[in-house]
Amino acid sequence: MVTPVLDVKKLKTSFFTDDGLLTVVNEVSFHINAGEVLGIVGESGCGKSVTSLSVMGLVPALTSKVEGEILYKGENLAQASEKRMRQVRGNEIAMIFQEPMTSLNPLFTIGSQLMEAIRLHNKKLSKKEAKQQAVTMLKKVGLPRADELINEYPHQLSGGMRQRVMIAMAMICNPQILIADEPTTALDVTIQAQILELMKKLNEETDTAILMITHDLGVVAEICQRVVVMYAGKVVEEGTVESIFKKPSHPYTKGLIQSVPDMRQKKERLFSIPGNVPKPGSLPIGCQFAPRCSYAHEKCLKETPYLKALSIEQKVRCWLYEDEKESIV
Amino acid sequence: MFAYTIRRLSMLIPVLLGMALIVFSLIHAIPGNPAQILLGQQASPEAVAALTKEMGLDQPLYIQFVEYLKSLVTGDLGDSLRTRSPITEEVWPYLAATIELALFAMVIAVFIGVNAGILSAWFQNSWFDYLLMVAALIGVSMPIFWLGLMEQYIFSIKLDLLPTTGRDNIRDPVTAITHLYLLDTLMQGRFDQFIEVIRHLILPGVALATIPMAIIARITRSSMLEVMRSDYIRTARAKGMGMLKVVYKHSLRNAFIPILTIIGLQMGLLLGGAILTETIFGWPGIGNYIYGAIQFRDYPVIQSGILIVAAIFVCINLIVDLLYAAIDPRIKYR
Ligand SMILES: Nc1ncnc2c1ncn2[C@@H]1O[C@H](COP(=O)(O)OP(=O)(O)OP(=O)(O)O)[C@@H](O)[C@H]1O
Ligand SMILES: [Mg+2]
Repeated sequence: MVTPVLDVKKLKTSFFTDDGLLTVVNEVSFHINAGEVLGIVGESGCGKSVTSLSVMGLVPALTSKVEGEILYKGENLAQASEKRMRQVRGNEIAMIFQEPMTSLNPLFTIGSQLMEAIRLHNKKLSKKEAKQQAVTMLKKVGLPRADELINEYPHQLSGGMRQRVMIAMAMICNPQILIADEPTTALDVTIQAQILELMKKLNEETDTAILMITHDLGVVAEICQRVVVMYAGKVVEEGTVESIFKKPSHPYTKGLIQSVPDMRQKKERLFSIPGNVPKPGSLPIGCQFAPRCSYAHEKCLKETPYLKALSIEQKVRCWLYEDEKESIV
Repeated sequence: MFAYTIRRLSMLIPVLLGMALIVFSLIHAIPGNPAQILLGQQASPEAVAALTKEMGLDQPLYIQFVEYLKSLVTGDLGDSLRTRSPITEEVWPYLAATIELALFAMVIAVFIGVNAGILSAWFQNSWFDYLLMVAALIGVSMPIFWLGLMEQYIFSIKLDLLPTTGRDNIRDPVTAITHLYLLDTLMQGRFDQFIEVIRHLILPGVALATIPMAIIARITRSSMLEVMRSDYIRTARAKGMGMLKVVYKHSLRNAFIPILTIIGLQMGLLLGGAILTETIFGWPGIGNYIYGAIQFRDYPVIQSGILIVAAIFVCINLIVDLLYAAIDPRIKYR
């Protein structure tokens, strides 16, 4: 069996707030193998960003608590020192964000921000070499006029170009893992497709694994091999992309799949799951999805379901599958 | 950058014209004949008539204004009634004294204020933050003349550490070249005098620095808190950058625009409005110069003094605008 590059075990992230301790990510476990693309999907507010920031050690230290294990090549990052985390960030695990318009510092040139990323982890490199690498990387992510771009400021670039710069900056130290937190959400559809294409290409060319965070199953189908579905801070279903699309098991996953716009079918209205994600702090007892679930029965409202393996490829957290035998396909 | 500078400079012309007009009207807004006022009630009508003619007061107003502008452009501010010497020559030593003191005070205010604000933001809501912000609140509401007198009482009279008044040691006066004494003593290689000049600067400098320091600390704190929450700071940290560098390189530069505005405003106030402090510390600055002129009803000096102070305000504004553009690349393109 391959050992995963990242193995997250029972990650639990809570915030100290005025209303007490709020658990936003609750015992989330997943792993990524080297070179793999794993998707994490879920509606807004279900804890995807907090999960990824926890992995990076970037949740505000003074107002939060991170429990569980974050094993990067066997090393538990949840216990690592800030000094060690600085070496990991950018160099071994890099991250790109949802908002390309505001994720680059407006007062520094593209070149200086890229070179900074290299030189933080490679102190011996001269300015000239760093600049050379920056230009090469900009070309690699498909940006035209790389030699000029290096002297330009973020506001002179479009959103799509800025996201390419972000990707270049994240990939420049050749990280083992790239965490992409909704990298295409803020972009328009054609640019979205181009950025996904680029990430796919980089994933194939390098051995960088990608953790793709999204609320769009379309993106998952496009680029991921496996997917984790999150709801209200918990994993509700997990499996290969193929198995999830072929046989979505959790009612929430079914809902998500139904709400993906399908160009071939001319539906009157797009399906959407009724209701909203419950706020952390006011989570219902029992299954957290039960109040919005059309299959919910009495047990769902009382007891919390566990994550059950349906096959080696798929796990689900739902009482509907309680009696089903573990079938090995 | 060059085009921007030219554009900003050309915008100065109407401002300066307006200022000259206001200062010009000031002397004409005084009821009665200025010549009579200048000479006093006992003056003979002949003398008044002669001065009226000499000052060109019998000419129509617009001609008088044009004459006034002409003399301003050639750098002629008129003569002091008290000393009978040209104001342009007389004013520089005073102005230099004020500039030196104001810069000294501002360096203290910026250095301490900015760092205190950063620390406060970093340790937001800690006892340290609260302590600093209470200190800043006391600072902004501090009566400066009282502070000055207290400083003199403690550090000069009781502890005998620092001199109370003046710019230099009267028994070993600085030979003026530029009249900026820190510069002059360095140019002459007189380090002993340099130290002496610094010792004279400390008490008035600290007194003057107090209010700007407190305001700068508060604005830095709120500005930093805002910037530290922004996406690009998260990006910098995700790159693996340490907090110290994140704060001083990526955050401070972005937080600096509002801080710069405050520095500009306060610098203007220090240069123009330090009369009280200058009086307490016997500082031979522009405030003292104007104050003396008011006591002697030396109208040309008052008029020129106001004009100079206003011009300084405008210049500082210009410098601040140019600095904005130097810090923020987006400004030039707007
Ligand atoms: N620093 C914080 N302090 C308190 N609560 C927080 C903090 N950060 C996030 N949360 C809460 O955690 C929950 C999950 O937030 P998160 O940003 O992870 O959602 P998300 O799944 O990424 O949603 P989106 O799709 O909108 O990005 C939200 O309810 C949010 O209010
Ligand atoms: Mg998010």
